[in-house]
Amino acid sequence: MSMINYASREINCKLVYYGPGLGGKTTNLEHVYGKVNPNARGKLISLATETERTLFFDFLPVDLGTVRGFKTRFHLYTVPGQVYYNASRKLILKGVDGVVFVADSQLERMEANIESMQNLYDNMAEYGYDLTRIPFVVQYNKRDLPNAAPVKDLQAALNPGWPVSDPAKQKVTPDPTFPNEFLVWQIDTGEWVERAPVHEAVAVKGDGVFETLKTVSKLVLKSLG
Amino acid sequence: MPGASSWSFQESDFKAISEHMNSLLRETNVKSLLLVDRTGQVVANVGAPPTFDPQAFASLTAADFSANDQLAKMIGEHEFSSLFHQGEKESMYLADIAHRVILVALFDNKTTLGMVRLKVKGTVEVLTKLFEAMFARAGTEQPKLEGFASKEAEDEIDKLFG
Repeated sequence: MSMINYASREINCKLVYYGPGLGGKTTNLEHVYGKVNPNARGKLISLATETERTLFFDFLPVDLGTVRGFKTRFHLYTVPGQVYYNASRKLILKGVDGVVFVADSQLERMEANIESMQNLYDNMAEYGYDLTRIPFVVQYNKRDLPNAAPVKDLQAALNPGWPVSDPAKQKVTPDPTFPNEFLVWQIDTGEWVERAPVHEAVAVKGDGVFETLKTVSKLVLKSLG
Repeated sequence: MPGASSWSFQESDFKAISEHMNSLLRETNVKSLLLVDRTGQVVANVGAPPTFDPQAFASLTAADFSANDQLAKMIGEHEFSSLFHQGEKESMYLADIAHRVILVALFDNKTTLGMVRLKVKGTVEVLTKLFEAMFARAGTEQPKLEGFASKEAEDEIDKLFG
């Protein structure tokens, strides 16, 4: 739920980075914090354990600029990835405007990715939110590791697509990240399918971090119109 | 936004909210009062300007309240409608309004917890009615921003990211 203040001409939106434990959600925020002009961002708040595992959330407010005379401010949150912390994870989703799912590309983490994605759908549904209808981006992190699964396999497991019933959206849309792939397309049965935009990333080096943030922020801002 | 219930308030609502908050400020002698929504956004602020980052404060306040709500449920309570955090010099008292907004009073030894608790209770009752009326009027649809669906807006959004 974005908050629009007409008096001060400000829009505040909430983005949540979701995904399995040790997948790189906090690293995404740390990179944004390190690279954004200090005048355009607030403090990075981390509620973490002594071993730097996220206990409740990380929080970073970032000003992105002006659209139609409105100052746009994004509140970036991460959730604790460990299965154990579901109660706190669910709380952070309250009022979310856009979601980034940070998947760990390592083959060994495939099951943890699937479990976390299922948990995201469940927690969103408990609030009555529909993940297929709000801005949602998937990031495949740790692409530099030798045991990284092929993107094709990750897509099949985590982002296979959902049916599109709205005729206005039934339009072939090329995937800007992968040539010859589509975000919205028609399958053999005649049904239309849509899937979330994807970015490959190596968050520790900053690769793909801003691309992911750009994609989800754009979708959120466009959804306001 | 599907599912995410939204609300908006008009200038007259904001004026009424501010008046109630200012009168509470005078009656209790607290340093400042903040109104924060449950998603972690600052709605209003009266009294001494905060010396901290209000956005970070709001996000932590919302998380604090939500975590305590869950604790309440675990011990068989429906909710904790108010919370008190005591410091050596500065303290804060938080009260729920209509399950959607939190009133935060920041105070020092110029007033007492008893006074704050008593007076906040009255203001919470008035503000709860005011907010419930606003929510009923606003419905659950996200208001669309004029001009945001235009080509010009799309160009501006694209430009933000170079």
